[in-house]
Amino acid sequence: MAEFRLPPNSRIRKGRHIDAANGASNVRRFAVYRYDPDSGENPRVDTYSIDVDGCGPMVLDALIKIKNEVDPTLTFRRSCREGICGSCAMNIDGGNTLACTRSIDSIKGDVRIYPLPHMPVVKDLVPDLTNFYAQYASIKPWLQTRTPPPPDRERLQSNDDQELINEPAACILCACCSTSCPSYWWNSDRYLGPAALLAAYRWLVDSRDEATGERLDELEDPFRLYRCHTIMNCTQTCPKDLNPAQAIAETKKMLAERRY
Amino acid sequence: MTLSILHRGTGIVMAVGLLLLTAWLACVAAGPADYDRFAAMMSTLFGRLLLIGWSFAFFYHLANGIRHLVWDSGRGFEKRQANASAWFVLIAALAVTAAFWAVLL
Repeated sequence: MAEFRLPPNSRIRKGRHIDAANGASNVRRFAVYRYDPDSGENPRVDTYSIDVDGCGPMVLDALIKIKNEVDPTLTFRRSCREGICGSCAMNIDGGNTLACTRSIDSIKGDVRIYPLPHMPVVKDLVPDLTNFYAQYASIKPWLQTRTPPPPDRERLQSNDDQELINEPAACILCACCSTSCPSYWWNSDRYLGPAALLAAYRWLVDSRDEATGERLDELEDPFRLYRCHTIMNCTQTCPKDLNPAQAIAETKKMLAERRY
Repeated sequence: MTLSILHRGTGIVMAVGLLLLTAWLACVAAGPADYDRFAAMMSTLFGRLLLIGWSFAFFYHLANGIRHLVWDSGRGFEKRQANASAWFVLIAALAVTAAFWAVLL
């Protein structure tokens, strides 16, 4: 059921302001969500004034600068810093994206940084993605076959068949799409969400996979697939420019077409 | 997302509007005196606003419903297309509502 207010222990309080600009000329303010489960306190939003001339161009560069030079307790995930690992997915300036590919210059005013929406928060900007990964595992994201492989070579694909999976296979599982989806917010216990459904589609259209029927059976469910109401947030927010909404629509079409 | 929640909202408005239609039919059945009273109520500014709102809900829900039908066929999912169809639906619903009332009044 939809909840429109945060529970009392999750309501966000005003935090501290830390001026670390030292009178520099090119100063930006970063408003960052902070939550420490050990303190027993409510989450708060701390603001940091930073000299962005002494900092890389991306939001992640600023977060790393804050952690290194201002406040070492700030906690966030990051790894590749080039948009391929999906670790630094967070809500920046009101939209889910990767901190490493979002430039500070593209944001007007304060840079507001929150964890991915509607997920349990482990600490600061780190969401608990256990359920998200379990849903990905539930669609069996591996090649399933019955026929034996050719004895002398791999299972080959035509270029056209490879084209079909190129885009859905480029998903980095950053969870930006699923956590931007209102249907996923209200029903993440039963609805798979756009990321897992995009992955399911990637195996449905794989010419080498031989479990298409079983995969469709698994998805044919009022919640798992059909909680998608084409709200389009997933496609709008995807930092890799993929199209989960289209993949879900194609999956619904496959289900409709096999019935008649 | 805005249009999606508006689709739900207008659906609810139309469902509530059915009560209005039922009241109108009941007044028709009850005779000319009741019908005149209902007609007078609906000709007040408030009544008019109610009817205009209801008709907008209808036309918006209709236009966005067609957008969803196109999506169900697997078309129009590119970001550019989806944004264009969003503006088209919104402007079309407003224009048709305006034209509808221009003809009526």
